[in-house]
Amino acid sequence: MLDAPVRVLRKLGAGVVDRIWRLGFAARFLVAVLMYSGTALRRFQLTVREIYFTGVLSLIIIVVSGLFVGMVLGLQGYDTLQRYGSSEALGVLVSLSLVRELGPVVSGLLFASRAGSAITAEIGLMKTTEQLSAMEMMAVNPIARVVAPRFWAGVISMPLLAALFSALGVFGGYLVGVVLIGVDNGSFWSQMQSAVDFRQDILNGVIKSVVFGAAVSWIAVFEGYDAVPTAEGVSGATTRTVVTSSLAILALDFVLTAFMFRGV
Amino acid sequence: MNRAVIDLWVGIFVAIGLGALVFLALKVGNLASVSADDSYDLSAKFDNIGGLKIRAPVKSAGVVVGRVSDISFDPANYQAVVVMKVDARFKFPTDTFATINTSGLLGEQYIGFEVGGDPDLLKAGDTIKKTQSAVVLEKLISQFMFNKASESPAPAAAK
Repeated sequence: MLDAPVRVLRKLGAGVVDRIWRLGFAARFLVAVLMYSGTALRRFQLTVREIYFTGVLSLIIIVVSGLFVGMVLGLQGYDTLQRYGSSEALGVLVSLSLVRELGPVVSGLLFASRAGSAITAEIGLMKTTEQLSAMEMMAVNPIARVVAPRFWAGVISMPLLAALFSALGVFGGYLVGVVLIGVDNGSFWSQMQSAVDFRQDILNGVIKSVVFGAAVSWIAVFEGYDAVPTAEGVSGATTRTVVTSSLAILALDFVLTAFMFRGV
Repeated sequence: MNRAVIDLWVGIFVAIGLGALVFLALKVGNLASVSADDSYDLSAKFDNIGGLKIRAPVKSAGVVVGRVSDISFDPANYQAVVVMKVDARFKFPTDTFATINTSGLLGEQYIGFEVGGDPDLLKAGDTIKKTQSAVVLEKLISQFMFNKASESPAPAAAK
């Protein structure tokens, strides 16, 4: 008689235990990655190679989307601001929204789908084809040799990509606002400079992007390492990387914003 | 792909990224213009600070000479105490007049220094004695309306 509710409760319990177990495994995995980071930092060539794959190859998408986001902000911002006769504040609007929020968040989302998925697929396939086991057989630690360089490459690339995104976005806003529409050049830059603070706005944006880079890289390497070693398992892990890291970026962004810009 | 090409591309990538950061710091932000390191504190009491905020500029003759660093309430005489960090290069006489002004009709509020003629200079930690509170726009409008209302019957009576 009590069979059905017991089964439901057991399923619920198993689900919760499973999640917590996975979270604990992910945390221990992160500790292991940090512990074995010595090789990745000492033989920096390994990390440089991964920066090429995660950072340099993401340049195009970051450049193009940064430019277009800035241009759209310029158009939309001008449309609203000129109703209140303050179209000179366009520079402030574009630069603050890019430096504080859009730069780190949008480049983080792009980074997760462009580089994070690639990292997961690569490590997952290495696991599926038993390359990781083969390394262990040769007394090479796969975490030190494969995982840690990819993790650090992500942490290093992400702030650079976010800064590039913000800078190009400001340039895109300048192109549309000043060159195309004809907002006054001098007040565009001077109002921007008086409103944007280095420590308060730019440095906090950089901190955000470093946090997002670490989160995305962690999720990507973990999902790859934890993938079920089949074709289906790798594809599932890749999907999970993109979904989980996008949600993590949005949630972390809210928490970080609440801490950083509370008193302003 | 060989190592030299990868190194070159990573070098270009890092240089572009750092360049973007420098661009943000110097061209978008105000790192170059205001250095908060070399400054001294002055304080002033106001009856009403209006919408003055922390980090609002302190200007003399229209030039930014410092920033508001702290705003607090003095419960003894119900006044607002404003602490300002003023650039150490600029010294002001003790009879400097601090006023709260608004840039434009609806712009942000800032503190303006009107310099007096006293030979003694303000030192770090001094309090500015002569202050003028913020002009509250609503009060001004209601005063204007009140005056208008009280004088409007007069021309009608004169006819």
